[in-house]
Amino acid sequence: MRQLAWGAGIVAVLIAVNVLLRPLINPYVAQVIVLCGINVILAVSLNLVNGFTGQFSIGHAGFMALGAYGSAMFSLHVGMRWVAALEAMRVPAPLAEGAALLVALALGGLLAALAGYLVGLPSLRLRGDYLAIVTLGFGEIIRVLILNVDAVGAARGLPGIPAWVNFFWVGVGVAAVILLSRHLAASTHGRALFAIRDDEVAAEALGVDTTSYKVLAFVLGAFFAGVAGGLFAHFLSYLNPNSFTFIKSIEVIAMVVLGGMGSISGAVLAAIILTLLPEVLRPVKDYRMVIYSLMLIVLMITRPGGLLGSREISLAWLVRRLRPSRERA
Amino acid sequence: MPEFLQQLVNGITWGSVYALIALGYTMVYGILRLINFAHGDVYMLGAFFAFYAARITGAAVDPNPLKATGILLIAMIGCGIVGFLIERFAYKPVRRSSRLAALITAIGVSLLLENGGQLLFGADPKFFPQIIRATNIPLGMGVTISNQQIIILVVSIALMLGLRFIVMNTRAGKAMRAVSYSHTAASLMGISVDRIITFTFVLGSMLAAAAGVLVALQNPKIEPYMGIMPGLKAFVAAVLGGIGNIPGAVLGGMVMGIAEVMVVGYLSPTWRDAIAFVLLILILLVRPQGLLGQPPAEKV
Amino acid sequence: MRSRYRLRPAAAGVLVAALALAGCGRSTTDELVIGEYGSLTGGDATFGQSTKAGVEVALDELVAQKQGKIGGMAVRVVVEDDQGRPEEAASVVQKLINQDQVIAVVGEVASSRSLAGGPICQQNGVPMISPSSTNPGVTQVGDFIFRMCYLDDFQGQVMARFTGQTLGLKRVAMLKDIKNDYSVALAEFFTEEFVKNGGTVEIEQSYQSGDQDYRAQLTAIKARNPQAIILPGYYTEAGLIARQARELGLTVPLIGGDGWESEKLIEIGGEAMDGCYYANHWSLDQPNAKLQEFLTAYRAKFKGDPDAIGGLAYDAATVLFRSMEKLAAEDPAAFAGLGSSKAGTEARKAATRKLRDLIAATADYEGATGTVTLDENRNPKKPIVMIAVKGGKKVFETSIAP
Repeated sequence: MRQLAWGAGIVAVLIAVNVLLRPLINPYVAQVIVLCGINVILAVSLNLVNGFTGQFSIGHAGFMALGAYGSAMFSLHVGMRWVAALEAMRVPAPLAEGAALLVALALGGLLAALAGYLVGLPSLRLRGDYLAIVTLGFGEIIRVLILNVDAVGAARGLPGIPAWVNFFWVGVGVAAVILLSRHLAASTHGRALFAIRDDEVAAEALGVDTTSYKVLAFVLGAFFAGVAGGLFAHFLSYLNPNSFTFIKSIEVIAMVVLGGMGSISGAVLAAIILTLLPEVLRPVKDYRMVIYSLMLIVLMITRPGGLLGSREISLAWLVRRLRPSRERA
Repeated sequence: MPEFLQQLVNGITWGSVYALIALGYTMVYGILRLINFAHGDVYMLGAFFAFYAARITGAAVDPNPLKATGILLIAMIGCGIVGFLIERFAYKPVRRSSRLAALITAIGVSLLLENGGQLLFGADPKFFPQIIRATNIPLGMGVTISNQQIIILVVSIALMLGLRFIVMNTRAGKAMRAVSYSHTAASLMGISVDRIITFTFVLGSMLAAAAGVLVALQNPKIEPYMGIMPGLKAFVAAVLGGIGNIPGAVLGGMVMGIAEVMVVGYLSPTWRDAIAFVLLILILLVRPQGLLGQPPAEKV
Repeated sequence: MRSRYRLRPAAAGVLVAALALAGCGRSTTDELVIGEYGSLTGGDATFGQSTKAGVEVALDELVAQKQGKIGGMAVRVVVEDDQGRPEEAASVVQKLINQDQVIAVVGEVASSRSLAGGPICQQNGVPMISPSSTNPGVTQVGDFIFRMCYLDDFQGQVMARFTGQTLGLKRVAMLKDIKNDYSVALAEFFTEEFVKNGGTVEIEQSYQSGDQDYRAQLTAIKARNPQAIILPGYYTEAGLIARQARELGLTVPLIGGDGWESEKLIEIGGEAMDGCYYANHWSLDQPNAKLQEFLTAYRAKFKGDPDAIGGLAYDAATVLFRSMEKLAAEDPAAFAGLGSSKAGTEARKAATRKLRDLIAATADYEGATGTVTLDENRNPKKPIVMIAVKGGKKVFETSIAP
């Protein structure tokens, strides 16, 4: 019952934010906010694989691409017709578009999840660096596949995707992935994942079905990456395979590592920082990528645990920080 | 048949380039268990150093093999220094941290080299001058090979043999092999692990630089991002042959080069990048230790 | 440790705020802000750089003749680099329109990037003039999109007729850039016309822009022994492909489109370019008074020769300025809406709409690249100049009118 109340509350807040903020913010800032949100979803979903389970995956952009193209194709060929039909029946536009978007996102996510399953199953026999490179390879293969399919625009890109995404839907995605992650972290399944991360051989010896759990993490991570991709597609209205190279995968990894592997709030924080940074650095645009890469290096040298390590930002922690303390340990 | 043979010639030429780059990857991985993402960018720097060296020495206007060799050496030394700096300032501090931190650092260095290169050299591609006059040599049966391709083959083989000599027949080489087995044991035997690691990096970087110069001879367009794909493919080649295994890197490089050229010529060029990864996945699923590697024992 | 931790986010926050505010700076005097986007960096960087240069020459002219003002307001051009990537093009156009609040946009050269930026301009009612995007789809995006150059269906036909009739070649090979809208479409237009007139395309191969090595494709082409290779790509690849073709013993002519136009073409291709032909918007030795004027001004400013891209950009900017002047003269009240202080108001929307109408009415404009009269689809009808490369120089071969 409490969870339902929480859920309804979050939805209400998001609707309010969307309705009130949209006319006030100029579209460029809005674009940055939406991209922040999408990156948060990507980072938190990758955190499930890299942070919770300790599996090193560099192919996330491939799952995002599948979700993006899958949902876009659905919307272009089926979704838009549904919306037209619904609107003819006097259903208000936001509701109709929202419904179609929900289905599109779900389909995109499922497609990505399926790929996650297919990639995960054989690869998870491998360890560490090998797994990393194989996932990188899968990500690239997916990209090359898209490059070769004319029906999705191949190298020229896919334009004309209906722009149904607004703050509300991004907020729903962000809330969903964060809530799922927290739920998972607190559950027995989460414990199994952490066990695998800490010492896989010991976990196996203690009866944890490591393969199933690793695949589970992969599939969940891929699903949300697909959802993020779908949001990306329905926001930008235009898809190009170049947006999904392994450099994108690396950007997401940087977010997870910056935030601290295993920390959900860390991933969120880092995603926001790393999305804002290139925009903020636009005035020094010639130097921005150099600064970005220097920051990565300096960060890894000085604070390899990331900003938050494996800790989370919680209300109690914030209160402790802000309250004037008598003694500091 | 002539088409196939010609493709084979093209493939072997590219294969030797991949082999040179793969050698650096495999050596560093053997010693540090680190995938040096920045290695491909050292290859790029080699090409650029040679470009500026050629400009300064005026080799473009007056091509002669002596100057060309000098340019090669300049590039190799320059990149050796770069390799030293990278190891010292970026990788050494994270040696004690997790593998992931080291990997991210490597990625950061790679991005730094690429974007820094773009800042320094400008983003539009430069065109490497012809420091050796190009001639075509028909081999009969409709196959031609250019003298540049021959140079690539000869120089690559020479460098690979040189490396093998160093690794097998010198003390430093022996030390390298020892360190790749176990840092602790090697240091207990009196080997300065730090110095050997630096030495390995420098050696690998010099090979990558040579590869860069050789490629620039044949494919004159050079730009700051030129190292990403060849670097990745060379890494796959190293894994293909058995990572940490030097002859394996050479074999892997050859297989990679030939496979890629065949796919592009007979299938479709859009699959060019994917073939590397398809090969990778196949080998990792079928024989993860690579063609020439040994199955790793898993220690608990 | 603790103090370091607390200081860093705070410092970062201050930095972010400072930079954000700096980015939002707005000038106090009313000005006319024009946006320009192009590939200043990337594989086809000369395209963007030439565009920038051409627009600068036009701006210099405005400064010399009218103190850089139209209707009493100073003109300012904001240039953005899209790095040669369509996603980035969409992003910078968004920024130009929403952040800099430009009244019009000049760009892009590459059709795929114009196709990315065009819908955004159309949606926001901001006129966009592409100097040299030749893909027919670009102006089909909407009535706010214009271009200064001929179209690819025409270009493909001309290339086909030149190859088939003028050069008398019947069997060719096609090597197109599969990553590039322009190249793919141009290849189709060529093939359609060439086959219609009895020629055959013996083999079709493709590459991706950014590739370095084309030997595999060229070897396959050589095996079929064509009389020419059609190369509807951009100059960087054209030069490299020519070189590698000659190295493989392929001596047949290569034929391309206006994507070859760059001063780097010969630099890259060297001797391999001799005996090749390509379709272009002008030839520098043409007896066109405006062209020669532009040439003098350009040479004085930049110490080198412009390419057709620069000339077309000059024309695009000049057409824009002329239309703005017309609006200032005919309807000063509406014109005031173009001022930077009116950004986001109804007056601005009305003003840009009127500006669009005036641009659309451009007729008999004598430009550096020829006479421009825009038709109902906002395209001009311009002749194509075939350029031959002889002895390392670009030489006028023939001109074909629509």
